[in-house]
Amino acid sequence: MSANPTSGAPEALLVADHVTKRFGTFTAVDDVSMHVEPGEIVGLLGANGAGKTTLIRTLLGLAVPTEGRVLAFGRTPDRTTRRRLGYVPQGLGLWGTLTVAENISFACAAFESAPPALDAVQDRLVADIGLGLQRQLAFALALAHRPALLVLDEPTSGVEPLARARLWETVHAQADAGTGVLVTTHYMQEAQQCDRLVLMSRGRAVAAGTEDEIIGDTTACEVETDDWAATFAALDKAGLPVTLTGTRVRLADTTSDTVRKALESAGLTGEVHEVKATLEEKMTVIDRAPANA
Amino acid sequence: MTHTDTAPMAWGTNKVTVTFGNTTALREVTLDAIPGQVTAVVGGDGAGKTTLLRTLVGRIRPQSGQVSAPASTDCGFMPTGASGVWQELTVDENIDFVAAAHHLTGRELARRRAELLTAAGLEKATDRLAGALSGGMRQKLAFCLAILHQPRLLILDEPSTGVDPVSRVDLWRLISRAAAGGAAVVMSTTYLDEAERSSTCIVLNRGKALASGTPQTILTHVPGTVTTGTAPSGPPELSWRRGRQTRSWHAGPARPGEQPILADMEDTVIALALADQRQES
Repeated sequence: MSANPTSGAPEALLVADHVTKRFGTFTAVDDVSMHVEPGEIVGLLGANGAGKTTLIRTLLGLAVPTEGRVLAFGRTPDRTTRRRLGYVPQGLGLWGTLTVAENISFACAAFESAPPALDAVQDRLVADIGLGLQRQLAFALALAHRPALLVLDEPTSGVEPLARARLWETVHAQADAGTGVLVTTHYMQEAQQCDRLVLMSRGRAVAAGTEDEIIGDTTACEVETDDWAATFAALDKAGLPVTLTGTRVRLADTTSDTVRKALESAGLTGEVHEVKATLEEKMTVIDRAPANA
Repeated sequence: MTHTDTAPMAWGTNKVTVTFGNTTALREVTLDAIPGQVTAVVGGDGAGKTTLLRTLVGRIRPQSGQVSAPASTDCGFMPTGASGVWQELTVDENIDFVAAAHHLTGRELARRRAELLTAAGLEKATDRLAGALSGGMRQKLAFCLAILHQPRLLILDEPSTGVDPVSRVDLWRLISRAAAGGAAVVMSTTYLDEAERSSTCIVLNRGKALASGTPQTILTHVPGTVTTGTAPSGPPELSWRRGRQTRSWHAGPARPGEQPILADMEDTVIALALADQRQES
């Protein structure tokens, strides 16, 4: 990837530098720093209300940070930086009442790009072509002007695995060619496609790194038992965060000692193992931790 | 699908075929709904998940095959998306409305309401309009409505789609609890990790069951060979990316020098879809 023309040095395509965004007394984004470099796929994760959407809006130049600064291609985001950026929103951002050809000519006129080649269906209304083709079209349009940075919002939610693999092939090919990619998702399979993850909770960036690095040594407990229904009921009654994995009983954010004691006081036996937590369980642990504010 | 001695067949579909005009939405699909178990129906948009669930609850009549389900008063159905709740009613009014339909009143209703809303973390949101809830809270309310009358067969159409990870963990706990209480739970999902956590699952693709059984059975019956590397080891249409790794698939047994990997559910479902494509062409 070539150096950034405005800075003369190779640097991140997108930088959030201690960004805070407040709406009245509500702090939606709280002192978040992150960056996306050429050729890397960065995943932005967080529960609803974690601040992902607001952060993305500041990165796209659609909202101005209250404090801190955002740089896209080395400058404050505006319409010129927007031209170097491809965006696929969750709702895909297509015009359902226009045909495929009309959507293409609209997007390509806006970005002064060459129309992407899409077989058949040119004359059909976008609303009628089905979600799979709509998604392909949205991707093709976001890529038509060869953006240096791609921003994707839950790009493959609801897509069957083979089609999802094909879409990710496209995303990886872009990254291989030097495009930086920022993906917001709460879909664990998408998170696993990313090189690096940034985890947000209550407006703050609370963890960053690979999936393994973020999970760290957080564990969950699994109980192997002959009578999982009774075990489940007893642990549930004890107020523990119990779920089911097949016919094993699983508890996030709970030590094996706690589980053993709860089993004992219910007069039950079972083998308790500590296992590595999932990314989701780790997110729950972070989200449920008492706020220190 | 295999049955163990301790899991008697209760309800389900047997080789049902459903057609809409010229489109075959389901082709000879068999699904078991077993008390105390969670059966996951996995597949993407248009795979036939909703059609299968609606056929199971008797809302769609199949062209052929058999359906067995308890009386409608013993079924709980949670439709997909926002349609599972009444947006203009508050959380409490939603409960009242569904309770009235089931003739649930007095102390019994008070007990169910308190129990479900607390478990769903909605006990402080009783006065809020359902339309103003977050996606996760709304889905949890829809779940509470479907299970209010303690149905023996609980059918959930994509309960976790669009729900954030933290709320998904809550939802999964509610679903687990329903199964632990003895209900037969059938849920559709596009999330493969939910399939891995189910007791049994069925993988649907374009109206056809590509595989069914326990997640373990499905994982141990991957068709052909899956390998991993930094580049495709065969035709690109038979390979896919997992992060920085590239998986490749071929229909035969492992070739000399090839190191097949232990495929997870994601790789397995892709391999099944590729094998199915190959068979059809």
